Amino acid sequence: MNFDDTPQEAAFRAEARAWISANGPRHLLPHLEKAGFGGLELDGLDPMQEAKAWQKKKYEAGWACLHWPKAYGGRGATPIERVIWGQEEGAYGALSGTFIIGHGMCGPTVMDWADEDTKTKRLPPLASGEEIWCQLFSEPAGGSDLAGLRTKAEKDGDDWVINGQKIWTSGAHYSQYGIVITRTDPDAPKHKGLTMFYLRMDTPGVRIVPIKQANGQSGFNEVYFDNVRIPDSQRLGAVNDGWKVSLTTLMNERLSIGSGMSAGFPDIFEFCKDLELSDGSLAINDRGVRSKLADWACRQSGLKYTGMRAISALSRGETPGPENSIGKLVAGSSLQEIAMFALDLQGQAGVIADPKLAAMGAKFQAQLMRSPATRVEGGTDEILRNIIGERVLGLPEDMRADKGLPFNKIPTA
Amino acid sequence: MDFEFSAEQLQLRNEARRYLADKCPTTVPRAVLEGAGSYDKGLWQGLAEMGFLGAAIPEEYGGLGLGYLELCVIAEELGRAIAPVPVSSSIFLVAEILKAAGTEAQKQAWLPRLASGEVIGTLAAIEGMGGGRPSTLKAQVSGGVLTGDKSPVLDGDIASLAVVLARHAPGRDEAGLSLYLVDLSGPGIERTVLDTIDPSRSQASLSFKGAKAERIGAEGEGWRLYEEALDRAAILTGFEQIGGADRALEMARDYALQRFAFGRAIGSFQAIKHMLADMYVSATLARSNGYFGAYALSTGSADLGEAAATVRVSATKAFQHCAKNNIQVHGGMGFTWAMDCHLFYRRSNLLALTLGGQNEWEDKLIDRLRAKNAA
Repeated sequence: MNFDDTPQEAAFRAEARAWISANGPRHLLPHLEKAGFGGLELDGLDPMQEAKAWQKKKYEAGWACLHWPKAYGGRGATPIERVIWGQEEGAYGALSGTFIIGHGMCGPTVMDWADEDTKTKRLPPLASGEEIWCQLFSEPAGGSDLAGLRTKAEKDGDDWVINGQKIWTSGAHYSQYGIVITRTDPDAPKHKGLTMFYLRMDTPGVRIVPIKQANGQSGFNEVYFDNVRIPDSQRLGAVNDGWKVSLTTLMNERLSIGSGMSAGFPDIFEFCKDLELSDGSLAINDRGVRSKLADWACRQSGLKYTGMRAISALSRGETPGPENSIGKLVAGSSLQEIAMFALDLQGQAGVIADPKLAAMGAKFQAQLMRSPATRVEGGTDEILRNIIGERVLGLPEDMRADKGLPFNKIPTA
Repeated sequence: MDFEFSAEQLQLRNEARRYLADKCPTTVPRAVLEGAGSYDKGLWQGLAEMGFLGAAIPEEYGGLGLGYLELCVIAEELGRAIAPVPVSSSIFLVAEILKAAGTEAQKQAWLPRLASGEVIGTLAAIEGMGGGRPSTLKAQVSGGVLTGDKSPVLDGDIASLAVVLARHAPGRDEAGLSLYLVDLSGPGIERTVLDTIDPSRSQASLSFKGAKAERIGAEGEGWRLYEEALDRAAILTGFEQIGGADRALEMARDYALQRFAFGRAIGSFQAIKHMLADMYVSATLARSNGYFGAYALSTGSADLGEAAATVRVSATKAFQHCAKNNIQVHGGMGFTWAMDCHLFYRRSNLLALTLGGQNEWEDKLIDRLRAKNAA
């Protein structure tokens, strides 16, 4: 049992480190290291331009989309090499946020389901960051119950005509392309009448409206489809086989293994070290505070070492076990609990959200307002518990009132 | 990176699991709980013969000379089987203290007999309520003779060797404390068996009235050696807790699959499914933290103290969480004497206290993280 690289891994790490050290956008580092909730603040520089510049540089040197085949702009690297790259890229990785959905989910879906011509044309500019992709899955009526989606695509000659609405689409407003899942047979049971397509986001009839979130920021969009016409050649997978195609996308999301999500312990520990309570004692010496800190420390450390176990499996050439599925479930509620606790320790002044006045630049106030989304996005806490219960522990599915029913016979209210 | 037990270690774990599934089904701890002795002698002897007791004891002292990682996987299986045997006292604590601080003669005298199971050892430190602060400890040795009371002492009624934390000089501070070996088969010792929350591991109070005591480790080093021994034992016991948590989770899962209500398996209800998912999360965090502890223990890492407290807090929580919810999933049946749920519930709460309560370990964890942070 050790944390050491194999000789091959060490050689790869050295090569990556040397290249990053010679080529990384060092001037951005102080800002990137502070990146937390909310968008990147690069002191007046345009985050999109900086992100694209870094991606392009990596692409030209063969360090983009490491897990993709070389023919499509990747490196053909092993899963463990991808992890090592992520460790070495460190804070610069914050610049890749814009590309995560395209590289992690849309790209692999295109790779598995598109024809050769599409792959050759579309994947390299996606890898290089010149083209950004988004994923048009969730709908107002299809979130946790994704297969309940209603956006329809109807065949018209050699074309398809799409009508409906998507929601929670990250980056739709700056994406050139999207993959969209639609309903093509409303008479079939809900999983069996879906079809996947890709399209340009500037196709006539596509309208993108930003969502103003509960915390005041706007990272997501609603996307409306009004008689959007696309050719059949933009179909991914067979007609009515879209559920299977969507699983490729979602599986790839689950395979992206980082070094584990942060449960937020380092911030609250730092905060409590010097904070005086109303009786003049230090928060960190208070029994009640210590008990909570110890719990969060164990969750932080548990996630860290769960990540190490997954990385070790990759290093052995094995598929990581199901234990990695706990990450977001643990991190989401920890972040929220920590934010509320940190505000409570600040007393009445905890309400102040002005970064110039509030403790630690109002980090905890921002965390308070952002963390509810962590517990929902990419699978709610409840869906994650279902996944653990059903796929890891082998428990039966819940009873489904819509099982086997044609989609258009499913009760909706 | 290879943050995983080796194939040989996992094979040893499977061997221990098979052995214990055969020799220690839950009828075995249940028999001890119901009064058939203080521990299961046949199982104890069997574990010795399999080499499990002496796994981490060097060969020159009668052990197998394997390492801590091997002892961790054995501990996990003992926990999974809630084995009613004094391994934690005899091996995780006493043998470890002998290895760390014993003279050559002391090691020669005791380690082979601990490895063979002939001698059962125990650590006698606590004197009643309130945990093991130095100021609460009064037992004293003068002229090689020990006087004082220790309670509770896990396996105190069956042990024939005790390591006793006692004063070499009167006072209240830790500098006045040393460790002593006391042969419990000698005169000057009274034992009283205690009624506890988990009689499948017996406990006693020991009253020393002029018992012969021989110092182990340097004078005044008692408290440090004691704390270091607790850290190592916390990691090993942590694996017992991890094994127990997994087993309790499996019992609950199996019952949720098999029990039908309202025309369906209760495991299909989200209220039950989510409870089980949360148990899995606790057990997984504890296991991953356990790996950190195993790594720190086997390498003598500078992070050993932090790792020990992390494993302890995490594994205690996981076993208690899984054992109490195992009863909940079983409903009314879970509260019957006949079902095994209470065996795990009892053991989870016993192990949560034997090396010091959660409060003490939370304090240690924060103190150690602070020291590391300041360094």
